[in-house]
Formats: sequence, C-alpha cells, structure tokens
Amino acid sequence: MPRQSVWFVRTALLYLGVGFTFGALILWQKGTGMLPLAWLLLPAHMEIVLLGWTLQLAMGVAYWILPRLQVDGRSTRGRQRAVWWSYALLNAGILVVVVAGMRTTSPVQAPAVALGRLAEAVAVALFAWHAWPRVKPAGAGRR
Amino acid sequence: MPTLTRWYLKSALVWLAAAGIVGAAAALSPLLRLPPVLTALRPVYVHVLMVGWVTQLIFGIAHWMFPKPDAARAERGERLGWLTWLTVNAGLALRVVAEPVAAGHPGGAAAWFLALSAVLQLLAGWLFVAATWPRVRSR
Repeated sequence: MPRQSVWFVRTALLYLGVGFTFGALILWQKGTGMLPLAWLLLPAHMEIVLLGWTLQLAMGVAYWILPRLQVDGRSTRGRQRAVWWSYALLNAGILVVVVAGMRTTSPVQAPAVALGRLAEAVAVALFAWHAWPRVKPAGAGRR
Repeated sequence: MPTLTRWYLKSALVWLAAAGIVGAAAALSPLLRLPPVLTALRPVYVHVLMVGWVTQLIFGIAHWMFPKPDAARAERGERLGWLTWLTVNAGLALRVVAEPVAAGHPGGAAAWFLALSAVLQLLAGWLFVAATWPRVRSR
C-alpha cells in the first residue's frame, strides 16, 4: 500500500473510532437521558462518519488500487502532490467544521463552517483531478 | 473469499433489504396513519443503511483485500474480526428493536437496551480499528 494510502486509511480508521464514540454517547443519551450535552456532538458525528471515515477511506483505497499511469516508460500513480494537498485540506476542513459545529453560539460559526466546507471542496476537486486519468480501460497506459 | 468476509457481506445484504423495509415503513407511517411510534424509525433507517450496509460492507472487503498480516497477528486479527461482526450486528439489531419501543415508553427497559446497543456498537468500531490498523502499512 503506498504511503499516501496509509495516511488516508489510518486517519479514516481514527475517525471511525471517534465517530462511533460520539454516536454511542448520543445513543446512550437517547436511552438514559444522562448526557444531555451529547446532542451537541450530532453535527460532528455526521461529519466524521461521512467525510472523515467513509469518504477518506474511499480516497485512500482508490489511490492504492486505481490503474497506474505509464509516463516515459515508468509506472506512476500520477499527481502525487495534489493527493497530499487533498489529504491535508480534507482533514483541515473536517476539523474546522467539527469544532465550529459544536460552538453553536459563536458569531464565527457560520463563516468557519463555510471555510471548512471550502477546504473540503478543494480537497475532493484535487483528488478527482489526480484520479481522472487513472480511470481508464485495462492496457490503455499512456497519459 | 474468507469465511468472515462472507458473513460480513451476507449480513450487509440482509441489512440493506431491512433498510428498504424500514425506510418504507417510516415514509408510509404518516400517510397510512400507522402507529406514531414508527416515526422513531427515521434514525433507525439511516443507521441500518450506514452501519448495517455501508460500514459492514467496508469491514468485509477490508478484511479480504487489505495487506495480509504476519502469521502472529493473523490469528489475533481474525478473533477481533469475529468479535467486531458479533458486536456490530448485535448492537444494531438491539437498536432497531429498542429505539421505537423506547420512544413509545420513555424510561422503560428498552431505554437501557438502547444504552447497551450504544456500548456494543462502540466496541465494534474500536475492535475493527484494532484488527485493521496493523494491516495498513507500506510495503
């Protein structure tokens, strides 16, 4: 597994653990009513399991298994710098959205969430830009 | 395909079919004046789909396709994998039953089954992380 995929997938696994922990706290509150503040975790729970876990895992595995490109007779996974930027921006965006989502009374909540979403949008666009030429029929090697 | 993967994938397919039924019941509930307790099925529907189907499908494929662990870790990973399968399915099944009941009778025994479901699913998430982490590595 390439280094970029290791980072994507391990980060996704951490988000899986954290996302399930937040979900369990919310469900515990739903049953027992003992943790009313757990409801504050609901937006973070959704963000973490959908983007941090599911999307990030898909990106890590796609980087690993999509067909490689042949450039000047060399096998490559293409635009690697774009993928590192994608990783950094995706996780920065998720963290900003998660933290801002919990600060419901803060006047900077809306702009912070918008900034986080923008970072996530650039991250997925960069990933798509990297992946596009790798989605090709078997044997079609040249870029 | 490893035995554990087959169990994950077949369970995921069962949850996918269940999600269709639960989603339809939740949507039809106000139209057909079904018992109001069925409106509690909306969050159940989302979790049956996302945990029962999507997450469990991922668990199964990851167990199959991720780089193989060394022999010493393989047995431990297999045990953790089966525990994950057990806890995620038991936790989700408990939720499907307990959540609508708890919504209709707050404070009853079903509320504590909901709490138990939370603990089981929490365990499942971290067990999968523990089983999979050593297999995510560079060559």
